[in-house]
Amino acid sequence: MRPFLSIRNLSVALKNGGLILRNVSLDVAVGKVHGLVGESGAGKSMIGKSVLGTLPRALQITGGEIWLDGVDLLSIPPAQRRKRIGATAALIPQDPLTALNPTRRIGPQITRRLVDILGWTKADAQARALELLEEVQIADPARVMRNYPHELSGGMRQRILIASAFAAKPKLIIADEPTTALDVTVQKQILRLIADMQARHGSALLFVTHDLGVVSKVCDALSVLYAGKVVEDAQMRRFFCRPVHPYSRALLAATPTYTNPTGSLMPVPQSVIDAVEREVVQHDRRWRA
Amino acid sequence: MALLRSFLMRLISTAITLFGVAVIVFVVIRVVPGNPIAMMLPPGATDADIARLQAQYGFDKSIFQQFLIWLGDVVQGDFGTSISLRQPVSELVLNRLPATLELSIMALTIAVLLGGAMALLGTRYRGTKAEGAVDIGAGMALSIPDFLWGLVLILLFGVLWPIFNISGRISPALNIDFSTNFYLFEAILRLRFDVIGDLLGHMLMPALALAIPLAAIIAQLLKQSLKETMHLDYVTLARTRGYSEHSVIIHEALPNAVLPTLTLVGVQFTFLIGGTVIIERLFSYEGLGNMAIDAVINRDLPLIQGIVILFALLFTLVNLVVDMLYVVLNPRLRHA
Ligand SMILES: Nc1ncnc2c1ncn2[C@@H]1O[C@H](COP(=O)(O)OP(=O)(O)OP(=O)(O)O)[C@@H](O)[C@H]1O
Ligand SMILES: [Mg+2]
Repeated sequence: MRPFLSIRNLSVALKNGGLILRNVSLDVAVGKVHGLVGESGAGKSMIGKSVLGTLPRALQITGGEIWLDGVDLLSIPPAQRRKRIGATAALIPQDPLTALNPTRRIGPQITRRLVDILGWTKADAQARALELLEEVQIADPARVMRNYPHELSGGMRQRILIASAFAAKPKLIIADEPTTALDVTVQKQILRLIADMQARHGSALLFVTHDLGVVSKVCDALSVLYAGKVVEDAQMRRFFCRPVHPYSRALLAATPTYTNPTGSLMPVPQSVIDAVEREVVQHDRRWRA
Repeated sequence: MALLRSFLMRLISTAITLFGVAVIVFVVIRVVPGNPIAMMLPPGATDADIARLQAQYGFDKSIFQQFLIWLGDVVQGDFGTSISLRQPVSELVLNRLPATLELSIMALTIAVLLGGAMALLGTRYRGTKAEGAVDIGAGMALSIPDFLWGLVLILLFGVLWPIFNISGRISPALNIDFSTNFYLFEAILRLRFDVIGDLLGHMLMPALALAIPLAAIIAQLLKQSLKETMHLDYVTLARTRGYSEHSVIIHEALPNAVLPTLTLVGVQFTFLIGGTVIIERLFSYEGLGNMAIDAVINRDLPLIQGIVILFALLFTLVNLVVDMLYVVLNPRLRHA
């Protein structure tokens, strides 16, 4: 089946030269969950932002293609691109405390774009919002719709953002570390909820995290990113049995498991880091040439 | 309950402020040289005449006694009688207040519209030449004070290219009887478009002189605040939902970005009202400020006191309105 999202050889660079993403390729099929792991600063978020068209102004896409539902987003005019993204993709953000507009009630924050951008009637949008809030297990959704964000807990807000992400029936959801800003006790519930919602709605999900444990629970496949480069792209089972790249192996070894509970305490061996750096430098040379 | 308490606190602090202002003004204008009575009388007046009039206005008593008498009258709503105009101060002052209020509010409106438009433009086209133009424009507008802007405007539109009235509040030839002194407000209510046009033609230049520096402050502050807001997650989220850039700026970023600007605009507005004193003089606009200057020239102590107290009251009122607006616009406080 044709992947719903297909990123081909995407390169992103700082406007003043430094490379952020190098020839990144990955595919996400409808109904599948694709994990994106890698250490902080590897460029995971920039992949999501490239797809959604929200790269910081200091960065620009220098090459590659981003196919969304059979259309290369980078080859169509910006206004059209924005409409396509709005209609087919949605983001579940990292920090629910800053992702809701503090000056506006919850209801309109879910329904307004359904009316403004997608042309739904107000009544339809309202009904859809209520239905989704119920689906994400919010008690008394009608009341919550009238609340302001500051009146709700972080977990509640993330549930609302999840509901909002699914509101327009998007075929692609990008979740960028959707649980890291939450209380540990809430993290599991939210993770479960996202997985359930994805399964029920059958959307493609690109799941950004640096927690391999989480990946093993919810993902079908994953890409490992290191210094802006995909160093491993594998189905879940193959990855956990036979990781190919030395960085993946180091990453796996560093993940605590029942058999190796102290795993997190092991540093990535210097030899591995050196090997990856060499590869990256070689790649850079090729890219510059 | 908390609201009532904060309102009462407010009332008390306002009273204390006004009392302080009254004391300072009372003392200062009696310490500076110049005898109001001597200025009233014709050159040939005898010492006895002066003494008689001084006693009539109570100037023969000590400052402390004078203050107590004045305060006692004020509490009963009597601000005394103007020495130079020989009319009750409260009447004089209240007759002039509408002119100054209309001018200040007009200036504020212009400043908000102009400064807001500049900020939005600079944010929409940030990183381009347009933003640079906004920055340079605002910087220049700010480096020139309001009265110099007044002179510039008089030279440009009064002398070089005389298309606006640069003197007075209304053309005397105009045939209309006002029942209040809120000329513009009344003309709008009565749909007298000829009068509205004439009033605006008189007001535009002084209002612009007052508005330009404030517009620059608003442009700079609001743009800065918008810029910070544009990086917030919910703004990014709105972008991924298909909203255009200016829809994102106006609907998502602006409501939050105005909050920090609002407080400062409140303070700046009180400065603007202070600025009317000179600007009204410059444009011979018959408002409170113009009257204040005459009162000082004539050493008209009761009138000066009345005007200063009114200005102080106006300032505290502006601050009160700003605080209330802040609560109304900020849901985090509204429910607290
Ligand atoms: N606004 C920006 N200007 C310049 N460089 C940036 C900017 N934003 C991100 N970067 C750089 O891009 C690189 C990738 O950042 P990114 O946020 O994608 O990392 P990440 O893998 O998501 O990390 P984390 O796990 O911490 O979220 C980083 O090296 C960072 O320094
Ligand atoms: Mg990130």
